[in-house]
Amino acid sequence: MSASPVLKIEGLRTDFRIGRHAISAVDDIDLVIPAGETLALVGESGSGKSVTARSVMRLLPRKLGMIAAGSVWFTGKDGQTRDLTKLDEDAMRSVRGREIGMVFQEPMTSLNPVFTVGEQIAEPLRVHSGATHSAALRTAIELIGRVGIPDPAKRAQQYPHELSGGMRQRITIAMALVCDPVLLIADEPTTALDVTIQAEILELLRKLQRERKMAMLFVTHNLGVVAEIAQRVAVMYAGRIVETGPVAEVFAAPRHPYTIGLLHSLPRLGQGSAMRRAGVRLPSIPGVMASIADMPKGCQFAPRCGFAADPCRVEIPPLAEVAAQRRARCIRWREIAA
Amino acid sequence: MSAPLVSVRGLAKRFPSRGGSLQVLTDISFDIARGEVVGLVGESGSGKTTIGRCLLRLIEPSAGELRFDNFDLTMLSSRELRNWRPRAQYIFQDPFASLSPRMTVGEILTEGLDINGIGSRAERLARAQVVLEQVELDPSAIERYAHEFSGGQRQRIGIARALALAPELIVADEPVSALDVSIQAQIVNLLCDLQQRLGLTMLFISHDLAVVEYICDRVIVLYLGRIMEIARCEDLYARPRHPYTRALMDAIPSPVPQVQARRHLLTGDIPSPANPPSGCVFRTRCPVAIPACAAAVPSLRHVEEEHFVACIREDLDA
Repeated sequence: MSASPVLKIEGLRTDFRIGRHAISAVDDIDLVIPAGETLALVGESGSGKSVTARSVMRLLPRKLGMIAAGSVWFTGKDGQTRDLTKLDEDAMRSVRGREIGMVFQEPMTSLNPVFTVGEQIAEPLRVHSGATHSAALRTAIELIGRVGIPDPAKRAQQYPHELSGGMRQRITIAMALVCDPVLLIADEPTTALDVTIQAEILELLRKLQRERKMAMLFVTHNLGVVAEIAQRVAVMYAGRIVETGPVAEVFAAPRHPYTIGLLHSLPRLGQGSAMRRAGVRLPSIPGVMASIADMPKGCQFAPRCGFAADPCRVEIPPLAEVAAQRRARCIRWREIAA
Repeated sequence: MSAPLVSVRGLAKRFPSRGGSLQVLTDISFDIARGEVVGLVGESGSGKTTIGRCLLRLIEPSAGELRFDNFDLTMLSSRELRNWRPRAQYIFQDPFASLSPRMTVGEILTEGLDINGIGSRAERLARAQVVLEQVELDPSAIERYAHEFSGGQRQRIGIARALALAPELIVADEPVSALDVSIQAQIVNLLCDLQQRLGLTMLFISHDLAVVEYICDRVIVLYLGRIMEIARCEDLYARPRHPYTRALMDAIPSPVPQVQARRHLLTGDIPSPANPPSGCVFRTRCPVAIPACAAAVPSLRHVEEEHFVACIREDLDA
């Protein structure tokens, strides 16, 4: 294993322009992903998880979103470490697809309806490594088989609309992996799929990652999916990481009140009817997340937090170390842990 | 026990499609007792929304009987149907698409009363205030527009609109699926409270078995337009009998890491309703299918009190 992590984000802040103002959509993001590891970025809508992932890929809406501070250190196939925020667009284009693979939520919109799926998987290979058309197509067909689609030679000649949603997502995964990237960024790749298909796709991603020893940044809103796919998790709320650490530890003993609330409000299979009979309600987090344009002073979660006290409303708490490899953005984490 | 409020028998729905028709529902039969909440679960394309829409006569069933309070809804004239409509209301999935951006919340809540000529203007507004309070929104909401509210609050408005006509039956179609987890729990609790307080009868449509368990008395599991299993909630989750129900439960990712070990994954895709498998429609993905499964469509067999399963593998009943 190489000494430098594949991805190291330091102090990332991404601003969005709203009218004449710049508003930070994400701020103070620090993340490290070594080779062979999966980090899940979990949070609710508007928490900034997708903006973080898109900042790494430099795929922010032009003129509206921009990286305002921080660095994204990426160690490529050649072992060189570069700050992606400093690359020009041409250099960035040779990183995307070749060094960093990407899978998005909606397979139908990431595929081009007028090309066969075989051609689409082969394209990055032709562009990035100058493979011939027939060699690239051969690799594509092999990869279609590897992502678990039967009869790959025939499937390669089909168009996206001829495939089911689950199969299309397998195709976008093949497309992301065709150049052997060292990092895979997956943004809600199973959210649009039914649970039985989701389970298959997660299994596939796990298998491929193990085989290729890729690093993976996995964005999701689903805590169950996090437990299935990732070794480490970063929980985001209102544009900041509020808790991070190994998944098993964070889920077993969360230290941030938001993580605690999120885990409690998740309906769990096999408990509902007993709770209903006992007249017990599902614990919920009161209120709604403040808009990024109108953040409260101090801890952003304080207005919804059962533990909030006056000091919480003064300034944004630092991400404090609460145990080895674990951090939480809460000044009262010691009391919560007790 | 009194007669059920809703009684569906042999419901079928075909949609016309290129070169023929697409059978999306086949032989659907179930009852909903007064004050009962029945869950309808299944994956996309299983026909759950089509059942809900047929039941409210928003679309026309192709065959079957829909009895509501002992008259057949499929026999009603359009005028009788109009008179019946206030008794059954719908809650939609998407709180952004289902509320008009050009109407104030007050107008949205009183529209149904208005159309049905119920009460004076003052009485209708008073009713709007009552339902706003029931969904725990501030009375000042009445002057505002839906876009001024968050997703969770909008879904409260959608629920209030369904309640405004004091319906006997509510069909709730994935009412929490578009919401974030922390908000979802608020709305699930609200629906539970309202159901108990107002004694509502509800058909609760969802793809999420875990959510259904918190709200429903009984659950119907659908696959490709057919009923696979019906059971009381506590029995279904404790003793799922149909291989599909088991697979569906196994597929739900659990936030408790040790639970993941026991998973049995299905393989393959849901077949197209244009070309369904012979016999049991689930057999092409079923881990315990035998040759006999292809021969005949399994009928719902009684396995314990109020528990029915459409599977011929009696030998697997534990």
